[in-house]
Amino acid sequence: MSKQLLINDLDKPGIQSFSGYKANGGYSALEKSLKMKPEEIVEEVKKSGLRGRGGAGFPTGMKWSFIAKPPGVPRYLVCNADESEPGTFKDRFLMEKKPHLLVEGMIISSFALGANTSYLYIRGEMMYVYHILEKAIQECYDAGLLGKNILGSGYDLDLYVHCGAGAYICGEETGLIESLEGKRGNPRIKPPFPAIKGVWQCPTVVNNVETLAAVVPIINMTGDEYAKIGIGKSTGTKLISASGHINKPGVYEIELGVPVEEFIYSDKYCGGILNGKKLKAVVAGGSSVPILPAELILKTAKGEPRLISYESLSDGGFVTGTMLGSGGFIVMDEDTSIVKNLWNFTRFYHHESCGQCSPCREGTGWMEKILHKFIEGHATMKDIDLLWDIQGKIEGKTICPLGEAAAWPVAAAIRHFRSEFEEYVKNGKKMVDVKHYYRINKLQEA
Amino acid sequence: MQSNSSGSKYSHKKNLKFSDDALALAQKIMKRYPEGKQKSAILPVLHIAQTEFDGWLSVETMDYVASILNIQPIEVYEVASFYSMFNLKPVGKCVIEVCRTGPCWLMGAEDLVKFIEKKLGITEGQTTPDGMFTLKTVECLASCGTAPMMQIGETYHENLTFDKCGTILDEYKNKGEQVSHFRTERIKHHSDIHQ
Repeated sequence: MSKQLLINDLDKPGIQSFSGYKANGGYSALEKSLKMKPEEIVEEVKKSGLRGRGGAGFPTGMKWSFIAKPPGVPRYLVCNADESEPGTFKDRFLMEKKPHLLVEGMIISSFALGANTSYLYIRGEMMYVYHILEKAIQECYDAGLLGKNILGSGYDLDLYVHCGAGAYICGEETGLIESLEGKRGNPRIKPPFPAIKGVWQCPTVVNNVETLAAVVPIINMTGDEYAKIGIGKSTGTKLISASGHINKPGVYEIELGVPVEEFIYSDKYCGGILNGKKLKAVVAGGSSVPILPAELILKTAKGEPRLISYESLSDGGFVTGTMLGSGGFIVMDEDTSIVKNLWNFTRFYHHESCGQCSPCREGTGWMEKILHKFIEGHATMKDIDLLWDIQGKIEGKTICPLGEAAAWPVAAAIRHFRSEFEEYVKNGKKMVDVKHYYRINKLQEA
Repeated sequence: MQSNSSGSKYSHKKNLKFSDDALALAQKIMKRYPEGKQKSAILPVLHIAQTEFDGWLSVETMDYVASILNIQPIEVYEVASFYSMFNLKPVGKCVIEVCRTGPCWLMGAEDLVKFIEKKLGITEGQTTPDGMFTLKTVECLASCGTAPMMQIGETYHENLTFDKCGTILDEYKNKGEQVSHFRTERIKHHSDIHQ
């Protein structure tokens, strides 16, 4: 039985509103927290084993414990709701359906960090969710859960929503901080890390939406109990955004450790591949993580069942494994062109590179151009090696991880599907009109 | 599209000003940041400006935003040109933004774009001669489970088929109103924006 802690009660009437959320046990964790010492809350989060749910998987409690506390300097909590990793839509879902869970998580976390002002940075495209959050926050001010002297605790907190305006790079925490300061979202050189010098040079913690939401059940049930859920060091539950060629796309909350095979084929989750086709490949953690062919995503190289957990997905390193990443689970059927899909991803990274670092600014564009040669039917065998060479010269050579995010999908596609690139070279122009992907009979339905 | 008094290809009339509601909203948002850090309000204020002034940002508009935030115009230009939601040249009343990335592409986004191009008689990036629609393709909008999709103003139109998409576009055309990311009603009744 897979546990659900975040979206278990979406069917409850009015759960989107303050009264509905409160009637279903909402804000009890906040009441409990305000009776604890801030460092006790940090300790609970450490014990829970919670890891950042935005993609990097860094232990949240440890991140919190790094925050500098110079006297007289304000500290900030910033929620990263700039969800833009292709294949990922869990945060939008959570904020739209249960905004108060995030708000409660943010108040508790702000209290734990000693922040008196916090910002919720949401991507500008999700403007309708911005207004849902504004409403939820206003309800909290009206109920005395935000503002001065929250619930008589003596703790003051102002919480504001801030909207972006379309830039993937602002999901990187220092790019997000620059953007919050009203600038272009160019990531900063680290160190200093945001915990020392973040927004307006003040100590700042940036956490993902799902991470902050998970703080609520952790306080309710204690860190030790939360750590019993999941498998090994992958504790708790995770929201998985399932998309692509599956029968039941959507957001699923799973207990970490569910087998990939069960997730894809069980009716409880994705319900198998569309139109009864065969599985070709999966990108398991958002577009940046290495793509794996069916045989390696279902089983590790050692032949063990692959589980949805940080450790199992990365088993085998990048040679035969991948990463949990953001939990953006993109499924591709047997008709999918890996080369053309890669061109699509690479065009994305080229479009979204901020342009600061030459390897990324130039390299992403070169890779897009070369991949375009493949799909237009005039690539040569040397181009495969050239692609491999370029991606290797981007990885690890940029200020922020967008470089890796652009390089890894290219490396993995060549590693696992080299023969497909060769087929494009051999067949040249003949490949241009080949059925590259699911040609939407669905689109023509009335 | 605004009248063109300066003679430049893309410009607005001089001395433009926010409506009282828009100015009040911008000032409310500016107060959310510490003293002296009002530049932080630039993205929300540019969204409001785009709604107020025909869905795009002219040099005149950006200069006006700089004056409200008390910063140099260049600080607005460099930001406006970085973020994809800001249009730096005139657009139709209704900007259609079709997601083209990853899962939407797997589910037929290219075909959807072709369908819209044919229906409206324009290609990507163009505006219909009646000034009603501009067609843009955009990167992932976090709507991958409901692909293919398009955004028009604040609204996500998801799980699209050709028929559904055609009907939606007809509805916008019949209404004939300007549709912005930051809806005009939101500016008029900004009671849900707390101080």
